[in-house]
Amino acid sequence: MALETDTMTKDPILKVEHLSMRFGGLMAINDLSFEAYRGDITALIGPNGAGKTTVFNCITGFYKPTMGMITLRQKAGKEYLLERMSDYEVNRDAKVARTFQNIRLFSGLTVLENLLVAQHNKLMLASGYTILGLLGFPTYKAAVGESIERAKYWLDKANLTDRADDPAGDLPYGAQRRLEIARAMCTGPEFLCLDEPAAGLNPRESLALNELLRSIRKDTDTSILLIEHDMSVVMEISDHVVVLEYGQKISDGNPDYVKHDPKVIAAYLGVEDDEVEEVIEQIEEIAPGETH
Amino acid sequence: MEYFVQQLVNGLTLGSIYGLIAIGYTMVYGIIGMVNFAHGDIFMLGGFAALIVYLILVGLFGGVPVALALFVMILIAMLMTGLWNWVIEKLAYRPLRGSFRLAPLITAIGMSIALSNFVQVTQGPRNKPVPPLVSSVYDIFGIAISLKQIIIVLVTAVLLTIFWYIVNHTPLGRAQRATEQDRKMAALLGIDVDKTISITFVMGAALAAVAGTMYLMYYGVIVFTDGFTPGVKAFTAAVLGGIGSLPGAVLGGLMIGLIESLWSAYFTIDYKDVATFSILAIVLIFKPSGILGRPEVEKV
Amino acid sequence: MANISHTTEAVSTNLMARALREAFYAGLIALGLFVLFVGLKTDQNILNELVLVQRWGLLATFVALAMVGRFLAVAYVRPWLEARKAAKAAAPVVEREAGFVARNFNLLAIVALIAYPLVMVAVFGFQGSLKWVDNFGIQILIYVLLAWGLNIVVGLAGLLDLGYVAFYAVGAYSYALLSSYLGLSFWLLLPIAGVLAALWGTILGFPVLRLKGDYLAIVTLAFGEIIRLVLINWTEVTKGTFGISGIAKASVFGIWSFDISAANNFAKAFGLPMSSAYYKIFLFYLALALCMLAAFVTIRLRRMPIGRAWEALREDEIACRSLGINTVTTKLTAFATGAMFGGIAGSFFAVRQGFVSPESFVFLESAIILAIVVLGGMGSLVGIAVAATVMIGGTELLREMNFLKQIFGPDFTPELYRMLIFGLAMIVVMVWKPRGFVGSREPTAFLRERKSVSGSFTKEGHG
Repeated sequence: MALETDTMTKDPILKVEHLSMRFGGLMAINDLSFEAYRGDITALIGPNGAGKTTVFNCITGFYKPTMGMITLRQKAGKEYLLERMSDYEVNRDAKVARTFQNIRLFSGLTVLENLLVAQHNKLMLASGYTILGLLGFPTYKAAVGESIERAKYWLDKANLTDRADDPAGDLPYGAQRRLEIARAMCTGPEFLCLDEPAAGLNPRESLALNELLRSIRKDTDTSILLIEHDMSVVMEISDHVVVLEYGQKISDGNPDYVKHDPKVIAAYLGVEDDEVEEVIEQIEEIAPGETH
Repeated sequence: MEYFVQQLVNGLTLGSIYGLIAIGYTMVYGIIGMVNFAHGDIFMLGGFAALIVYLILVGLFGGVPVALALFVMILIAMLMTGLWNWVIEKLAYRPLRGSFRLAPLITAIGMSIALSNFVQVTQGPRNKPVPPLVSSVYDIFGIAISLKQIIIVLVTAVLLTIFWYIVNHTPLGRAQRATEQDRKMAALLGIDVDKTISITFVMGAALAAVAGTMYLMYYGVIVFTDGFTPGVKAFTAAVLGGIGSLPGAVLGGLMIGLIESLWSAYFTIDYKDVATFSILAIVLIFKPSGILGRPEVEKV
Repeated sequence: MANISHTTEAVSTNLMARALREAFYAGLIALGLFVLFVGLKTDQNILNELVLVQRWGLLATFVALAMVGRFLAVAYVRPWLEARKAAKAAAPVVEREAGFVARNFNLLAIVALIAYPLVMVAVFGFQGSLKWVDNFGIQILIYVLLAWGLNIVVGLAGLLDLGYVAFYAVGAYSYALLSSYLGLSFWLLLPIAGVLAALWGTILGFPVLRLKGDYLAIVTLAFGEIIRLVLINWTEVTKGTFGISGIAKASVFGIWSFDISAANNFAKAFGLPMSSAYYKIFLFYLALALCMLAAFVTIRLRRMPIGRAWEALREDEIACRSLGINTVTTKLTAFATGAMFGGIAGSFFAVRQGFVSPESFVFLESAIILAIVVLGGMGSLVGIAVAATVMIGGTELLREMNFLKQIFGPDFTPELYRMLIFGLAMIVVMVWKPRGFVGSREPTAFLRERKSVSGSFTKEGHG
């Protein structure tokens, strides 16, 4: 299988092992293990309520998992156990950035300010924890200039340069999604988690998003983990797909492999096991170009 | 032991009054998510209404049977403060509904200042003493329980039962709960949200008026500034119990009453309010949404 | 033609009929509201018993006022407002060039403030200017300083603090106690008071900042009350309700003193006639300088990463955490910085009064300061300064309205109505402008042009 050769050559950036998360009596995630590889775009897919966002919240420190281990290995080799860190440390120290399903921008701040807030820790240091900055030290000014340059770079990539001085709340939906990704990138992450970045976008906005994601992969060393419902996005841009259902992993591999996994088809279409063959045939008829 | 039980009784009485006021806070908070800072002054207004009604009764008829006098006082005070709160909601809070969260808080603080000073201007700044209405004291197993205390606890219990019934078993209560859950959806389903909110304010005010009457009867004196401290304590009670929860408000009220009387009895009376507020802070630090409040789940 | 005039006539009679009907209801409601509280007054007779005094005439006036007011509102004011609104909507938006005053408002305001005591002295003479410089000038400036401090907590970081007066008290008592017991000088104690208040802000803030919204509000209120109650009851140190009097005056950097007996007395040094006005004028400029410093620091802070983090916190706390911002320390710094401003204002208050007592640090003060912040427009320094001037200056003016005695008779004391009007003004301003005088926000950085952010985008925080 293609999957196994991948594992041999590829270097995992994130390792999730035996992750479980219980809310009261509900087992939202049950003994989930998977890996995401450096340089890849890994997609986490699954039907509604499969526990995808919960996995995200565990990785980014917003939830403390009931059990399991989440290890992030940075390029320099340093390892972090994410489940032991609080949410802001996951970003600050482990360099994991994220976006949210229901966009969370600072809507009353301008687009540029949003991107500057994302560079808080770096600027905080440069301003000597505010004191040197307050006194007008040149090091701080230089750092601000640098931050604005980085903001400009991502504004350009997200195609938002024209709106830089407008309040973030004033942007159209698709632009808000791109801004949220740009903002996450301004924290300088090694690992970027995107929660349904294409949800609610029109085709043109979808295209702009894909472009942004591709440029992140091409021009930076940031690896991406994304939750997505839109299969066209998943199949087109991801290198590796993990499928969840009811908090458990049902499939794991490259997009082609996953697409033809009977379990995945059953989960998505809700058919009995013996009908799976039939479904595969139907799919091949509908989209013959994508099959082998 | 007797001393302890005596303090328990005193605390329960005081707690009943706080509980009655706290319900008004908690209901308004539950339904529109606003801290009605003027509620303490509505309580004070209720006490004054009861006082004036009492003086009218004495002036017109000389002596009136105590039970009847109390009944009339409570009734008119309830109507009075109900009308006041209805008008206040309409003029000061409704125009700001759905706007900025702090705006109605500020108008409520303004209303609190205005109300207490209105009473100061119209009724004078001095203490208003009334001769004791009810003075019998019973000795039960060595514990002195006054009739006043019995009346207060009984009236509170009866009112709470009625109230609990209204909120849980009538169409009005259903409308209130629906409005609390989701105002837009309630409106779509044909609930007159404005009216429901108005009625909530009137109900809260009516309970505060009862508390005001009880307060007047218990302490035998009232002054225009009396809205503040009981108001803050009742608000504290509502938060302690878990704001938005009716049983929580009563529980919180009783707890504050007990803390106050026990602290005064065993430690120093000077620091009784410090004790109350410290316990509030400690409880909230360990249980950030109050004792009976639903814990707020952070949605990411 | 005839037809059209006929319909407009019908509309106007309809309107009149409605106005009359609504006026009738308003009268009825007013009667209900006021019958007990205005129609009757509880008074003590010689035996110290309460008796009722009847005032039906006054009640009739209240009811009549309500009716006339309602009638005018329904019949004339509302149609006029609607017509104006329609006209505004119809007319194209004309970008008006901001006038000279609007463009240079800050500069003009500073010049006016610097000239203010001199003008007062010129108009009223040294003795006459005292009241204007002290009650109006210094008092308003103290409130401006306090409100700017609270603005950092409420306006920028979006944390609702109802016990801000606690830090004011800490500052005032730090000065009063350290100056009385240790004899330290004003110039040393001013920063010490600020630091102590900030320390208290951190100590109090640490456990409570986990709380959100109204829970935070009530705990801060509780802390404010606790500090006041401790000041009242810890009589060995604070002298309880008697307060601490005879607090040392400030000096001009230790060079000139304002003590009458001192050798380096200011008036003596310059050979001027003795007057307490010099001290007040000096304090005025001192307060002005402190305010300018506070404004400078606040403006600078907003452009620092910490200031941006405060505002981001107000907008969305979860997003902040996802960007690696430690929200606990960010909140704490906001709390401590606000507290420091309060402490400095407090020590200045102590030096101005020469006397502090717990009386000055009641919840009402917190409420007034918060009201100024919200009325001014959260986050806006200019709006807040305007709000402080209007609200404090306005109510202070009521003390001066002695001519009203000639209208309402010698028993009339306008001062009594001061807080009543203050409360009503809070309501009216808030209903009229829910986002305060200045609702928009100035961005802290820009690429091409600085555009104000409309108030409809900014959030108010949930903490």
